[in-house]
Amino acid sequence: MADFFNEWWSIWISILVIISILGCALLLWSQTKITIPLDADGKPLTDGTTGHIWDGNLQEQNNPLPRWWMWLFYITVVFALVYLVLYPGLGSNQGKLGWSSAGAYDKEVKAGEAQYGPIFNKYLAMPIEEVAKQPEARAIGERLFLNTCSQCHGSDAMGSKGFPNLTDTDWLYGGAPETIELTIREGRHGVMPPMGAAIGTEDDVRNVANYVLSLSGAPHDPIRAALGKPKFVACAACHGPEGKGNQAIGSANLTDKIWLYGGDINTIMETINKGRNNTMPAHKNRLSDAKIHLLAAYVWSLSNVGGLEAIDKQSKK
Amino acid sequence: MKPTPIKQYTKEELAQSGQHFGEQVLFEVHKKIYPRITNGWFSKWRWILVWFTQLIFYGTVWLNWNDRQAVLFDLTSRKFYIFGLVIWPQDFIYLTVLLVISALSLFLFTTVAGRLFCGYACPQTVYTEIFMWVERKVEGDRNARIRLDNGALSPRKIALKFAKHSIWIGIALWTGFTFVGYFTPIHHLFSEILVWALGPWETFWIFFYGFATYGNAGWMREQVCKYMCPYARFQSAMFDKDTLTVTYNAARGEPRGSRSKHADYKADGLGACIDCGVCVQVCPTGIDIRNGLQYECTGCTACIDGCNDIMDKMGYEPGLIGYNTEHAMESGYTKAQMWKRVFRPRTLIYTGVLCAIIIVTAVTLLNRVPLKVNVIRDRGMPRVTDTGAIDNVYKLQIMNAEEQKVTYDIEVSGIPGIQIANTHVVEILSATDRSVPIRVEIPAGSAEPGSNKIHFIVRDQSDAQVVVNEKAVFLVPR
Repeated sequence: MADFFNEWWSIWISILVIISILGCALLLWSQTKITIPLDADGKPLTDGTTGHIWDGNLQEQNNPLPRWWMWLFYITVVFALVYLVLYPGLGSNQGKLGWSSAGAYDKEVKAGEAQYGPIFNKYLAMPIEEVAKQPEARAIGERLFLNTCSQCHGSDAMGSKGFPNLTDTDWLYGGAPETIELTIREGRHGVMPPMGAAIGTEDDVRNVANYVLSLSGAPHDPIRAALGKPKFVACAACHGPEGKGNQAIGSANLTDKIWLYGGDINTIMETINKGRNNTMPAHKNRLSDAKIHLLAAYVWSLSNVGGLEAIDKQSKK
Repeated sequence: MKPTPIKQYTKEELAQSGQHFGEQVLFEVHKKIYPRITNGWFSKWRWILVWFTQLIFYGTVWLNWNDRQAVLFDLTSRKFYIFGLVIWPQDFIYLTVLLVISALSLFLFTTVAGRLFCGYACPQTVYTEIFMWVERKVEGDRNARIRLDNGALSPRKIALKFAKHSIWIGIALWTGFTFVGYFTPIHHLFSEILVWALGPWETFWIFFYGFATYGNAGWMREQVCKYMCPYARFQSAMFDKDTLTVTYNAARGEPRGSRSKHADYKADGLGACIDCGVCVQVCPTGIDIRNGLQYECTGCTACIDGCNDIMDKMGYEPGLIGYNTEHAMESGYTKAQMWKRVFRPRTLIYTGVLCAIIIVTAVTLLNRVPLKVNVIRDRGMPRVTDTGAIDNVYKLQIMNAEEQKVTYDIEVSGIPGIQIANTHVVEILSATDRSVPIRVEIPAGSAEPGSNKIHFIVRDQSDAQVVVNEKAVFLVPR
């Protein structure tokens, strides 16, 4: 019913459709026979033309269609009526077979799952490290990654501003295989609140930013860094007194040279002043458990390339 | 009273026309045709063509090439295997070329000698020929068949009809099975039939194609040519006055009439046609060729063989019905003069264009590189590394159209210092494709801000001939 304002429109369309179909049959029937003169023996007295003459002498010959062709026309009428009983098409009538495009899609998905499910499920039973050792599993993982993850993390998984690099050993929430799987399944929501007011003036923020730069040994102003150090207490609640971050809450490690949003003084001040808010969407409703398992194995393998290459070489021997 | 046109008459007109009028159905009732057997030069050639085309159709499908079926159109994985060739959807242009070649060949053959295709190679003709052979073997020739059909229902009639239709259905189902065998491996299909485990689509297509064969060759026959085939209707556009067509030599044949074998018919004022009606009896479309060229004529030449047989028995010259051109009939050309005119500008141009296309296609196919590459740049901003180098990331979809595992080298060029920062050696399995992430890096300041043209070169490590050069764009931030 959702397609119409009310039931009347559905009835109206049904009437039009049925009248049109029956009208076709009626037209065909009415044009099948004609009454013509007969000779003394009761045989048609025709000259084989239609009586049309063009250009003075160009006669149109009668070239009738075969009788079976006429029956084909009637069959199309019957087909149309049977179709409308079985399938949706007559107003909002759903048809006796209950067919729908959404239903056909679901059926195909089910068939696909039945076909490919066993391939995926084979890996679901294996630990992620073991899955990562299988070249076929990594190939599947790569295709899944290119379809699902590369839009944000890049085809090479090295990320870009705001989207973490997955090929290094620095992890906001931890790089253990199970943690990666959890991140993919449940998603992550990383929040850093705006800290400008808590730290103080614009000058104080610049001092703290210089201190943050000093943690990773990046070029900085030592005097400002020394002044900023006491103010870092506000940051230590999440990033820890040494600035090493905390994977339990996803706070970044500030002592390495890896920056999600940029490591220059202005970007760091912007981060402190305005905070950051970032989301990795949960994939549990988009991908099956088995696919998430394979993806986790692929992502884990990206930062453990050395180990995997050794495994590959060994298996080739 | 005069014969009148077939049209809707008013009551007044009917009243004026006389006492008798009645209903007439405008659709024609099918009259069954009982073609009589012919033997002769042309019939022999048609049978050679039947054997030739059907050995290819029924046989090719059983051939193997390496570890697979030699000719297989694998629709689900979208790959067509034709002996050593693997055709991908990207090679669709070859199908277009094939259709162009077929169309041009048809134009050429039609211009030279009319409906050669219809008479000898069209599946409708070929299967009708096979089915009529079965019919003759079971029910006998024309007269026996007419007698059988007109006779009352008897055990013999039922047995003969049953035998004929059983054999027809058997041939039709084997044809359907062979047809499906081109799309799903036939050895596998055969074993599926043995244990009755066919899939729904395989079942449908075997029976559908089988039904179409049985219906068209057994029942529809000339109806297909007369009412369904468009070729009969547009062939006249390709005919000219030098086109060889099956022609009755009216000048020699008329006035027709029966006579005794030893009579001097010329003295009696008769032509060579003895009006025996064989040319009509053998015609599979039921026309009389003596009325001139008609759209129903498929150029099957049965009437030529039939008439020559009679001419031979009468001791007359053969060729009363034969291949002739309109010009030759009008101007009384000799055979040599007529054949010379086959080489006229129209046929020479068709031949030239056809040869050119075939040669170009053959050369392209021989030099076809069994490798295809699509380059897709990752959307989003280029990456600037710690050292100021600029990264762009690409997804290279590499399709290996060879039937073996191939290792490819990927190179990039177009900007000084440009290089691939991750892997540049890729292994792709036999006849598969794979998307490979490629990170391209340029040193700081080596290219202008904006978009820069670069080239990816993908090369088979073991065969330098297999190489593809693909354009791409490298973005440098402002």
